[in-house]
Amino acid sequence: MNDVRQAPTMASPEARTAPQTVGTGRVVTGAATAATEARARGRSGAALIRPVALLAGLAVLLAASVVVATAIGTVQLPYGETARVVLAKALGLPWALDATYEAIVWNVRLPRVLAAGAVGLALAVCGAAMQGLFKNPLASPDILGVSSGGALGAVVGIFLGWPLVNPWLVPAAAFAGALVTLVIVYALATRGGRTDMATLLLAGVAVSSFAGAIIALLYHFVEDGVLRQIVYWLMGNLGGKRWEHLAVLTPLVAAGCVGLWLLSRELNLLMGGEDDARALGVPVERTKRLVMVLASLATGAAVSVTGVIGFVGLIVPHIVRLLIGPDHRWLLPASGLLGASFLILADLLARTAFSPVELRTGIVTALAGVPFFLYLLAKRREMVRWG
Amino acid sequence: MEQATVREAPPAVPEGHEGAKADQALLQAEGVGYRIHGQPILRGVDVAVKSGEFLGIIGPNGAGKTTLMRVLAGIARPSEGQVTFAGRPLEQLSDRERARQIAFVSQNPGLGFGFTVRDVVSMGRYPYRRLWEGWRAEDQVAVEAAMAATGVLHLQHRPVTDLSGGERQRVFLARALAQQPRILFLDEPIANLDIRYQLEVLNLVSRLRERHGWTVVMAIHDLNWAIRYCDRLLVLQAGRLVACGPAQSVLNETLIETVFGVKSRIDREGERAVRVEFLSE
Repeated sequence: MNDVRQAPTMASPEARTAPQTVGTGRVVTGAATAATEARARGRSGAALIRPVALLAGLAVLLAASVVVATAIGTVQLPYGETARVVLAKALGLPWALDATYEAIVWNVRLPRVLAAGAVGLALAVCGAAMQGLFKNPLASPDILGVSSGGALGAVVGIFLGWPLVNPWLVPAAAFAGALVTLVIVYALATRGGRTDMATLLLAGVAVSSFAGAIIALLYHFVEDGVLRQIVYWLMGNLGGKRWEHLAVLTPLVAAGCVGLWLLSRELNLLMGGEDDARALGVPVERTKRLVMVLASLATGAAVSVTGVIGFVGLIVPHIVRLLIGPDHRWLLPASGLLGASFLILADLLARTAFSPVELRTGIVTALAGVPFFLYLLAKRREMVRWG
Repeated sequence: MEQATVREAPPAVPEGHEGAKADQALLQAEGVGYRIHGQPILRGVDVAVKSGEFLGIIGPNGAGKTTLMRVLAGIARPSEGQVTFAGRPLEQLSDRERARQIAFVSQNPGLGFGFTVRDVVSMGRYPYRRLWEGWRAEDQVAVEAAMAATGVLHLQHRPVTDLSGGERQRVFLARALAQQPRILFLDEPIANLDIRYQLEVLNLVSRLRERHGWTVVMAIHDLNWAIRYCDRLLVLQAGRLVACGPAQSVLNETLIETVFGVKSRIDREGERAVRVEFLSE
């Protein structure tokens, strides 16, 4: 009773607790001034410093990752020169460039590095969105079975010998497989215009397993060479990516991820449960549908170009949440930047660790990501103790 | 400073509605039924919620109180019948339009891992904000006023998951207040609270209601609190409305025995019931 009555007249508690949350930025000149200032600026003030600083830091990390990963390879290029080539070509600057460096950077390495970045970004953003949508820390971009469906599409394509017909047929089959899976899983979980998330989760797991079983069945009917192709594809691979791949990948990833980011506030509200979100004015069913479609577009595009790459979409959002909390307006872009850097560096490791032998990128993400994830899990249990 | 902010808060009742007469039905349900997997949860319920009243919904566990509240608040769509808000069918309102008029505090509000009190209260502004619109001064004022009025301002930077039950209940009331609704639904707001917090929450609701001219619909188990705080009571049993009337005259010993299956004695002052005492066998 007492604290309710008193609360409106207490200005100081806000000022006292303020530094606790942000830690930086708000210089307390006097309790009253700080509180007044904070109120005037509201959310646009000190509360923004931390997420903005993190985004800036992650952007620098990404830029550095691009340059380092482009410079390192069978021929080691100087970092400064690499950065110069990237900048000059990207921004159309009339700088004099070394022709050899230019060829290596622009034609060979950069497309692969950027493809890794786009795929890492897509998987991390979709993973974060799916964890929010399902309110489940174990959710990842493939929770709807989209990755497995994509894999099945690609494997069927390889099985039918399509790579020899046209190099784009297998990615197209993978993309189609991903979208068909989404439609099946969605239809199974939707009755009378309402999608039940628990059913959706189970349907996704079941359809995933089924696709996996068909892939395993196909192993029995192929020659060793084809089997090798299939296994390689399933482990995820960024080798041989060219600008054409990026031209296909980028629009789908951009549309999916920007769309998801625009739904950040809705995702925040859905974290509190569907009924509460609806009571607060969220068009719940439309939001769920949009999130699923957008995430599946981006994930499907990523899977079809590179094959299945695991753990990025599961781990990266958790790390970002530990750093800046659960607000999707920050969580999604920060996850995207970190995911891009993570996959670029993982792919660098895949190319160089046992050079000249190239590892599959998917193996590296699992080998590097899982121990780190387990370490975090042991140190910070609250990471997965939701609600 | 705080006082000034609170006083400057715009009235919860939107412009143009000041003229609403006290007796006018704000929310009207006609022949409302609700089924889950073919099982009827509600059957043929007619209710008119009057503007400005405090309506209590009572009934035993499983009587359909929560379902009736969800249907009346437009969160669930009735299988039969219709609910109208200020003369308009509820399903014609968009989710946002509805959320500017009707707030709902559920019994166990989802906590959304890691959000602070301020984050949660700010969510009450969702129905007022468009996609590209920034945080406006009026949103700011509404959130500050809501936190001040419910006494959670000093908790604003704490994660909701760290708070006690009573504190959480006040935070979710603040979120509803930030919605600036005309009608507030409370589903068992004092279940799981100790006696001090029960009183605190109920008094808070009463005070806010007086200040903002809210209409309040509350599902509640405790009959004595119901008599003390509500204007009218609606009694549900097995999905049917069995009685509805002034809080202090609608209950009698027979009705309580039929609906709840317990014997009781009601202390009265003249015609007004003031206390229900339950008798052990």
